[in-house]
Amino acid sequence: MSTVNRKLQYSLAINEALHQMMESDESVFLIGQGVKSPWYVGNTSQGLLQKFGTNRVIDTPVSENAITGAAVGAAIAGMRPVVVHPRMDFMLYAFDPIINEAANWHYMCGGKSTVPVVFWGIINRGGEQAAQHSQALHALFAHVPGLKVVMPSTAYDAKGLMIAAIRDDNPVIYIDDRWLYRHEDTVPEEVYEVEIGKGIIRRKGTDITLVAVSYMAYEAVKAAQELEKEGIDAEVIDLRSVKPLDKGLLLQSVKKTGRVVIADGGWKTCGVASETSALVSENGFEYLKAPIRRVTLPDVPAPASSQLEKHYYPTYQNIIDVVREIVS
Amino acid sequence: MKYSKNFLKKLYQTMVRIRLCEESFVEPILNGEVRCPCHLYSGEEAIATGVCAALDEKDYVFGNHRSHGHYLARVGGMSELVAEIYGKETGCSRGRGGSMHLIAAERGMLGAAPIVAGTISLAVGAALASKIREDNRVTVSFFGDGAAGEGVLYESLNFASLKKLPIIFACENNLYSTHMPIRECRLKNNIFEIGKPFCIVSSKIDGNDVLKVYEAAKKAVEACRKGEGPVFLECMTYRFRGHVGADDNIQGTHTDIRPKEEIEKWLKKDPIKRFERFLLKTKILKGEDLINIKKEAEDEVSEAHAFAKNSPYPEKGELARYVYSE
Ligand SMILES: Cc1ncc(C[n+]2csc(CCOP(=O)(O)OP(=O)(O)O)c2C)c(N)n1
Ligand SMILES: [Mg+2]
Repeated sequence: MSTVNRKLQYSLAINEALHQMMESDESVFLIGQGVKSPWYVGNTSQGLLQKFGTNRVIDTPVSENAITGAAVGAAIAGMRPVVVHPRMDFMLYAFDPIINEAANWHYMCGGKSTVPVVFWGIINRGGEQAAQHSQALHALFAHVPGLKVVMPSTAYDAKGLMIAAIRDDNPVIYIDDRWLYRHEDTVPEEVYEVEIGKGIIRRKGTDITLVAVSYMAYEAVKAAQELEKEGIDAEVIDLRSVKPLDKGLLLQSVKKTGRVVIADGGWKTCGVASETSALVSENGFEYLKAPIRRVTLPDVPAPASSQLEKHYYPTYQNIIDVVREIVS
Repeated sequence: MKYSKNFLKKLYQTMVRIRLCEESFVEPILNGEVRCPCHLYSGEEAIATGVCAALDEKDYVFGNHRSHGHYLARVGGMSELVAEIYGKETGCSRGRGGSMHLIAAERGMLGAAPIVAGTISLAVGAALASKIREDNRVTVSFFGDGAAGEGVLYESLNFASLKKLPIIFACENNLYSTHMPIRECRLKNNIFEIGKPFCIVSSKIDGNDVLKVYEAAKKAVEACRKGEGPVFLECMTYRFRGHVGADDNIQGTHTDIRPKEEIEKWLKKDPIKRFERFLLKTKILKGEDLINIKKEAEDEVSEAHAFAKNSPYPEKGELARYVYSE
């Protein structure tokens, strides 16, 4: 089999990135709750403990604040830690080391110290897990100066962005989604980076730009395929990084299509969709032929009941409905 | 005998209600009827039962992710519990919260939430409210051994002690925090000692002995009412099922890594069987009394499931209801 076309699962692409980075750089280590338990992190950490030992693959007590702070401190002291939170919801205990310390550190030290740490948070939702076990909090982090925020939607990007995040001298929030873990695509075996801050066009089109991130990028492509049947030719941009946003790519596309729908799996207010929308209207207002529209979660906590859950998470159908409203 | 027959019978009934209710979820979990993650309390019944028996109706309780037992011991309605787990509008949290968010505020069960240690400081706040209002209530915070990893517990202990708040920190030490045995979380299995540097009266008790739990809780409640709180109780116990779901703990299943011999050892310490032996030996109840109590509980459980199944789901149009109080 040619290695060029090797297919790999999203979760295993993360796993491969971790293996390769830990092998090539002794300062890289993995710490966090559940790193040795597939129940927590799927197969993203498989084989790491066996290969690198308990010194560099550290499962921890339930102590998010201290463990995350320890990762930040280790980074300041010259290591390149990856600290995993098996659910983003649990990261809220770690806001202080992430925001007050890591994000501000380089600036408040006048550039004399760097914090090369990856804060890896997993979105794990659905299945009636309710409000504290479902949250997608990327927008909260994107708000903070000093942090970069990446959200891969493909296995290729999952690997390339993890490598880029580990190599970056700044704190990077790396957010993956359990709903993507079984998705498969072509992943090169060699070490490569996906540049942080660069989006990608998943489908070329001329009538409308669908901007999406993480899981919603799949839904946007599905929506575009359906819309094609109705004669609507949608371009799909997968942001990949929500901070920094790929302004150039967005504006180029909007210039061509004049219409934008943004799909995000986070809440609506002050979310990634709001920021993207503001960026387009500030910089590309003259291209717009219709109002910018957002497809997001409603501003509601995640419900438990499956009957409410069904209507809570946006799908390609919601994207299609909105597109039909603005392309007439 | 220090206790009335009625009182002892009630303790037994409560434990049996909890056990049978918990075990009734196994089948629906396995066949997919219940999808909501359930952290079953089987094996730990003596703690909720003993502690809640020491409380007055006006007192407060906060739970965690494994709170079906706390809720039932606080006499929350079983039907509303089961309905909640089925995601129904008639559930105690109207189907919005599921298994991990149980409330019976009218019974002093002020809520439960699965963020580990998340409700400990809330319980401190409820105790603070009692102190400010001088209403002589006691608050119980139930949490697991895993919560002893979180810093907020230590901050809560200090503040509660500093302000002499009427709160009982009830740590249910079942020796595991998901996949982590306690030896991988702390060097010594001595959680109760964390109360001591904060000058909190702290002890370790057999959490599978309902009378021992009750006696310790009774003393703790009395101390709290006299303004001599807080009190820390570490209750040693063991869960009979896996961390979450119906998992039977056999090595290699998804959440569990517990040795078979250890499980067998603890099954022998089943708090319900132990109490049964005591009740029979002391002739407080007869074999047929026990059977009748089980039968009653079985009926209650069946009725609760029937109620839940026949209840409506929340309306789609009400998705955004309850985000704010209106
Ligand atoms: C802040 C936070 N981190 C991690 C988790 C995942 N988690 C759920 S239950 C649990 C372990 C709890 O162990 P313990 O407190 O001993 O309670 P038990 O399940 O044994 O009753 C963990 C770590 C969580 N819910 N919240
Ligand atoms: Mg435990």
